[in-house]
Amino acid sequence: MPITSLTVRALDGLDITRKEGERAKNMFALGLLSWMFHRPVEPTYEYLNKKFAKKPVIAEANTLAFKAGYNYGETTEAFAVSYEVAPAHLPEGRYRSLSGNVATSYGLLAGARRAGLQLFVGSYPITPATDILHDLVRHKRFGVKTFQAEDEIAGVCSAIGASFGGAMAVTTTSGPGLSLKTEALGLAVSLEVPLVVVDVQRGGPSTGLPTKTEQADLMQAMFGRNGEAPLAVVAARSPSDCFDTAIEAVRIATAYRTPVIMLTDGNLANGSEPWRVPSLDELPDLTVHFATEPNGENGEFLPYLRDPETLARPWAIPGTPGLEHRIGGLEKLDKVGTVSHDPDNHDFMVRTRAAKIAAIERTIPPLDVDDPPGPDGSTANTLILGWGSSYGPVAAAVRRMRRMGVQVARAHLRHLNPMPSNTGDVLRRYDKVIVPELNLGQLAQLLRARYLVDVVSYTQVRGLPFRADELVDTLKEVISR
Amino acid sequence: MNGNGTARNGFALTAKDLKTDQEVRWCPGCGDYAILAAVQSFLPELGIPKENLAFVSGIGCSSRFPYYMDTYGIHGIHGRAPAIATGLAVSRPDLSVWVVTGDGDALSIGGNHLIHTLRRNVNLKILLFNNRIYGLTKGQYSPTSEFGKITKTSPLGSVDYPFNPLSLAIGAGATFAARTLATDRAHMTQVLRAAAAHQGTAFIEIYQNCEIFNDRAFELFTKPDTRAEWTIPLEAGQPLRFGPDRRSAVVRRTDGLGLEVRRDGADDADVVVHDPGAEDPTYAFALSRIGDDDARHTPIGVFRDVTMPTFEELMTEQVATPEEASHADLEKLFAGNDSWYVGANGLHNTDG
Repeated sequence: MPITSLTVRALDGLDITRKEGERAKNMFALGLLSWMFHRPVEPTYEYLNKKFAKKPVIAEANTLAFKAGYNYGETTEAFAVSYEVAPAHLPEGRYRSLSGNVATSYGLLAGARRAGLQLFVGSYPITPATDILHDLVRHKRFGVKTFQAEDEIAGVCSAIGASFGGAMAVTTTSGPGLSLKTEALGLAVSLEVPLVVVDVQRGGPSTGLPTKTEQADLMQAMFGRNGEAPLAVVAARSPSDCFDTAIEAVRIATAYRTPVIMLTDGNLANGSEPWRVPSLDELPDLTVHFATEPNGENGEFLPYLRDPETLARPWAIPGTPGLEHRIGGLEKLDKVGTVSHDPDNHDFMVRTRAAKIAAIERTIPPLDVDDPPGPDGSTANTLILGWGSSYGPVAAAVRRMRRMGVQVARAHLRHLNPMPSNTGDVLRRYDKVIVPELNLGQLAQLLRARYLVDVVSYTQVRGLPFRADELVDTLKEVISR
Repeated sequence: MNGNGTARNGFALTAKDLKTDQEVRWCPGCGDYAILAAVQSFLPELGIPKENLAFVSGIGCSSRFPYYMDTYGIHGIHGRAPAIATGLAVSRPDLSVWVVTGDGDALSIGGNHLIHTLRRNVNLKILLFNNRIYGLTKGQYSPTSEFGKITKTSPLGSVDYPFNPLSLAIGAGATFAARTLATDRAHMTQVLRAAAAHQGTAFIEIYQNCEIFNDRAFELFTKPDTRAEWTIPLEAGQPLRFGPDRRSAVVRRTDGLGLEVRRDGADDADVVVHDPGAEDPTYAFALSRIGDDDARHTPIGVFRDVTMPTFEELMTEQVATPEEASHADLEKLFAGNDSWYVGANGLHNTDG
C-alpha cells in the first residue's frame, strides 16, 4: 500500500513542505488501524491538537492523514475483515497505561518508601534497561539519588557502598552489564547487604541482539559468580507486574540482607498494558529496623549474628556509635565477622548463606496452578509451566486449547530462587510438563536437576516473544505423544 | 550522639581508640605500619566521632588497612574501592570516607574508577600506597614500576612505561593532590591534615617501601645523604629552592613550556614560588613532570589544593531531603495525568 503518496495527496493544499507531509504517514497508518479495530477516534484528535497546539498546521496535517487512513480502510475494502475488541472486564479502580521499565521504576520507588529508606540507584546506560534510569532521575523530589557511574562495575559497587550506608540500593542493567557486575555481586553475597539488581534481558551472547528479547540470563542470574554464591532471583511476568516484582525484590533484599536479581526482558520493558493504580496502604509494609545496640553477650557488636528465623544479619549503618565494624570479601568468622580461614567455619558459612536464601521459601506463596476440572470432574494430564514474559502467550494458548475442549493446566513461576515449596509436588502431579522458554532450556535444566522430573523443554531464541499459536501447536503435539 | 572527637567513655578520642583487636599481618619492616600509626595518631584531632569515619579499600597489602581501624569499614574487591566509597559518600554526606589503595589496585585494575572519582570531586580522601610492585601476589611489576624492571613476570626487564600517579591525578582533575613518604611521619601527618581539611577528593601518593619484593625503592629520598639533593619540598608561598645548600631550584623552562630544575645558582627572580591554589592545573601538572629529565628529582608535599563544589553537595542540592521526600505524593505520580476509572461493573468509564 503506497502509504507515503496517499498521505502526501491527502495533505494537498496545506501550507507545509512535502517532507513535513511525509512525516504524517504514521497517522495514516494509525487511522487505518483504528478503522480495522473499531477504535474511537476522538482521543487521537485530542492528543494531536494538544501535542501540536503551537503548530496548528501540523496538527491539521496529522489529523487529515489520520482521517485519510481511516477512510481508506472504510472505502477501499482492501481488507476483508475488521475486528471488534470487546472491553476488558477489570477489577474496579483507577487505571493507567504503564510500560515495564516505568513499572519497575515505580515499584522501586514504592518499595523504598514502604521500607522507609532512601532509594539509591547506581547504573550505567545499557539497552534496554536505560529507561528505568531515565524515569528514576525524574523523581528527585522523592529523594531518589541517581548516580550515572563510569561503568557497570562502578554502578553495582556504588550501590553496595550506599547499601552499607543504609540506602535501598539498586543497580539496573542488561545481560552484558550483569556479566560485568559478577564479581561485585559475589562481594554483596559475602557482605550480606540488601541490593536489588534489575536485569532487563536481551538477546545474547555478548552484544547479541540489544533491542530484542530473550530469557537466557537465568543461569547467569542463578550461578554467574565464583564460589558458592547463592542469591534470590525473581522474574516479572508482564509490564505492569514489574511493579509488584520490584516491590517483592525490595522485600526479599531488605528482609534477608541479600542481593536480589530481578529479571525482566526487552519485551516487558518496552511493552505497555493497563495498570490498576494502587494506594500506598495496600502495598506491603517493608519497614526496616537498623541495628542500634550491641548484640553480643559482653556488650560487643556481632555483625554476623543472625536472626534465627530469616538467618539475616543485623544492618548496622555508619553513624551508629558502638557498632563500628569491618566487613569484606574475605571469609568471615561466624557471628563475629572478622577474617577467618578456618576450614569448618568456611564450610559452615557457605552452608549458612545457602540456607538463608533457601529460607526465603517460607515467605513466598505456593505455586498456584490453574487447572479447572472438566464437566466430569477430571483434571488435566499436561501442565504448561512458564516464567517471566511467557505469561501472556501461555495464557492465550491455554485459553485456546480449552475452547477446543482440551484440558491443560497452567502455572507460572515468579520466584526462581528459591522456588515455591510445592514446586516439586506440582510437577510430579502431571504426566507431562511443558516448559516454554526463550533460551535453550535453562529453567527446564534447573527443574530436572532439582526435582528429578523429566520436563519437556520447548525453546525459541529468535529475539521475539512466543506466539500463542506456536504454543498451541506445541501443546497439541506433546499431548498427542 | 557523642560530642565531637570524643570516645564513648567521654574522654577525647585517642589513637588507641582507633586500634582493633586484629593482629596486623603486614610483613616485618613494611612501610604500611608507619602509615597506619600516622593515620591513627592524627585522626582524633579532626574531632570526628569514630562512628562517622569509614575506611574503604580494594585488594592488596594496603587494602587490609580497614581491618586495623576501629571505625566502619569495607574491604572490597580489587580496584573498586573508589566506586564503593562513592556510593557510600553520596548516600551519606555526613560521613568522613577514606579510601586506602595501592599502585596496582588504584592504577591498574581500578584506574577507571580512580580517574572518574577525581573528576567528579567526590568528598573522599584517597591514600595510595605506592611501593612500585605487586606485593600480595609476591612480586610482579606494577603500573608504577620503572621501565626495564626485572620481576617474576618480567625476567628480561619490563617493557611498560610507568604511570606518574600525580600527573594522572592532576590530569584527571584532582582538586587536591599530594605526595608524601611513609618514612617521614611529620611530613605525612602534615599532608594528611591538609587532605582532611580539603572539601572534595584528596589524592595522596605515599611512597611506601616493600622490604620483601622491592626493597630500597625510595632510598634516594629517605637516606640522609641523598634526600636533600633529590627531594623538592613543596611549601605554599615559598620559592622552590632545594638541595643540600639550597643551590638547586625549580625554574620556568626557557621554551615557556613547563618547569625544570636548575642545579646551580638560579636567580631569585627565576625561581618559581609554589602556589598549590593556582586555578589552572597546568602548573601542578608541570611540577609533577619535573623529574622527567632526571627521574630522581621528586617534589614532596601538596601539589594542588583548590576549592570546587563537591559531587555530594551538587547532588544533594538537586534531591529532596528525606523529610521532604517522605511527604511527596507517590500516589499522584503513579496515577499520572492520563488515567481512567473502571467501575464496579468492570467496564471502562472515561473520566480523564
